[in-house]
Amino acid sequence: MSVFWLVLIVFAIAAVAYVLSRARAMKSAEGDSRKLHSLPHFYAANGALSAAVPALLVLAIWLLAQPSVINSSVARVIPDHVLEQSGSLDLVMSDVRRVADGLDEAVRQGAMTNAEADDVRAGLTDVRRRLGDVGVALGSDVRPEVLYAAQRYRALNSTGALLRNIVVILIALVGFVLSYSRTHKDFRARNVVEKGIKVLLMAAASLAILTTVGIVLSMLFETVNFFKLHNWRDFFFGTTWAPNFRGDSELSILPLLWGTLYISIIALLVAVPIGLFAAIYLSEYAGPKVRAFAKPLLEILAGIPTIVYGLFALLTVGPLLLNIFGAEGLLGVGWMGGATSVLTAGIVMGIMLIPFVSSLSDDIINSVPQSMRDGSLGLGATKSETIRQVVIPAALPGIVGAILLAASRAIGETMIVVMGAGAIAKFSLNPLETMTTITTRIVSQLTGDGDFSSPETLVAFALGLTLFVLTLGLNVLALYIVRKYREQYE
Amino acid sequence: MYDAPSLENTLDQKAIKIAATDVQVYYGDTHAIKDVSVQIQDNTVTAFIGPSGCGKSTFLRCLNRMNDTIDICRVEGKILLDNEDIYDPKVDPVQLRAKVGMVFQKPNPFPKSIYDNIAYGPKIHGLARTKAELDEIVEKSLRRGAIWDEVKDRLQSPGTGLSGGQQQRLCIARAIATEPEVLLMDEPCSALDPIATAQVEELIDELRANFSVVIVTHSMQQAARVSQKTAFFHLGNLVEYGDTSQIFTTPVDPRTESYITGRIG
Repeated sequence: MSVFWLVLIVFAIAAVAYVLSRARAMKSAEGDSRKLHSLPHFYAANGALSAAVPALLVLAIWLLAQPSVINSSVARVIPDHVLEQSGSLDLVMSDVRRVADGLDEAVRQGAMTNAEADDVRAGLTDVRRRLGDVGVALGSDVRPEVLYAAQRYRALNSTGALLRNIVVILIALVGFVLSYSRTHKDFRARNVVEKGIKVLLMAAASLAILTTVGIVLSMLFETVNFFKLHNWRDFFFGTTWAPNFRGDSELSILPLLWGTLYISIIALLVAVPIGLFAAIYLSEYAGPKVRAFAKPLLEILAGIPTIVYGLFALLTVGPLLLNIFGAEGLLGVGWMGGATSVLTAGIVMGIMLIPFVSSLSDDIINSVPQSMRDGSLGLGATKSETIRQVVIPAALPGIVGAILLAASRAIGETMIVVMGAGAIAKFSLNPLETMTTITTRIVSQLTGDGDFSSPETLVAFALGLTLFVLTLGLNVLALYIVRKYREQYE
Repeated sequence: MYDAPSLENTLDQKAIKIAATDVQVYYGDTHAIKDVSVQIQDNTVTAFIGPSGCGKSTFLRCLNRMNDTIDICRVEGKILLDNEDIYDPKVDPVQLRAKVGMVFQKPNPFPKSIYDNIAYGPKIHGLARTKAELDEIVEKSLRRGAIWDEVKDRLQSPGTGLSGGQQQRLCIARAIATEPEVLLMDEPCSALDPIATAQVEELIDELRANFSVVIVTHSMQQAARVSQKTAFFHLGNLVEYGDTSQIFTTPVDPRTESYITGRIG
């Protein structure tokens, strides 16, 4: 019985609990819903929630826990000499799982019976050929130990699944019976249901937080692994980024960090003035008609996938800049060698950020009370004096927050940089040279053919963690600034 | 309450500061002010009273063209300030508003220091050539706003940190700082407690010596206390205009009497 059917059964039990709990509540009140403590549907919901929520929770935990339990139990039956031959437990275990899946597939297609699958011996049958017949390709002949482990894997899996089904259905039934027996006209179903809903909402909130913690921890572990293999001084204070898949690489973050910050700063130099001026126009000067038309249009920019911006950088902005600054360009200065450069990526990224800055700033400027503007206009200030000296200062904390949010996005942006800025890590002040950023190096280090446990691959996690800390620091700074100004103004 | 009988007698000799003739105001299709003609005297407190939505605030905002900031609002008729038509195309509304200051219903200090709140208007209009002159204007305005003693030690702290009554007096001082000729007040005490109200009312009475003050109020006691002239608005019409003592004791129009005695409104 698959998980899908199991969930369906739990829902069915919940549905039955819904109907029966309601009926029992109505009966205890002699059919007069006014005598009930709560409205009938609260009793029904109490029954359904009691049946479904604990059962589904246990199911979720079981599904997460079972693979690792079975893995460790199977790993124990694999003899040491097999481990030595293959090099690592992970490789053997992936073999075991492949064979086990193959056996499953064979049974499903009818090439073997379940009993055969459990009994085949590597010595007697050509397992590789038989599995090959049903479409499961194995790289090498199956060793007896691996086959045995795979069979054990299958057995544990099916026992686990059976046990799981029984436990989950049992919990659903127990929940149903308990809630049903408590259902009575004086039972405070409404309070209980609302408490239950509160717990569900809390669970959703904590799940989001826990996921973040999980992401950070997983990065942290891989980063620790990286620093075991690579000198941390070189990573943080070195000056060269030269990964070499034969080993002995120089992996320093500084050139990448420089590229990231340089491109981000150019992007903000483009986005902040344009975005802010657009916001001021839209919120203070534009009539309702222009606003209704222009604001959504500007926000469409935010909906364009960044890869499209990347194309724009590659096909339009890059060649345009080359036409101006290139060897045969308008200025004839030959400062620019190719279409990809820091400036290309920075400009296009700035265009991408305009709607972020403008839309957020627009909301913030609009939330400045009209009485401030009236006060200023009433003193004989012009509109632009009012905006410059009253509205913007009042909106400043929010605007700074919006800018820092845009900066976070600029630092984390990948696609535009891949296509617009090039791939060479170096320190340079010249915005017309190619440079690269942390995010693009993460992509290139992880998508190569490198050994996953080599420092050249693991450096991606250290880079990712640094990026995370960087944006986190930026967000904390944004919050601090916003709070500081708010104290002053309110 | 504060009325000095000797001033009452000299009212008729005072110059006419603002003369409005047949003013009509439309909000979109709504005819908010109908045929209002009124003459406001210099060095006098004139109160506009009337039930909510009768157009008294709208009319007040016509006097410094604040209605220009509302897109759908349209004003017709003639309003003369010192015999100059303020709706003449040649008149710059920004210059006009420096001459006709305004205090609003809710205290609205800027999110700046107390000093910068007062200095805002003088800076914009270039009234001070040196820092010392600006300091002097700020101090003078705060004194005339009857708030100097309370804030003189904390001029650099934010104006928003003051109490409601202090904020409103700060806003009055801010309006005075640009040396206006007329001061318009739109229910300046509606957000204040009785003590703060008393302070502001006392201040209004003092301001009469230098300005022509027009105050919109919902409180008839306030109108009786602070004003020498009262105009009663009803449904967009100016029903009755005259000396405050006359309006409150022997109103001519039955609607005025009904409102004052609490039967309509």
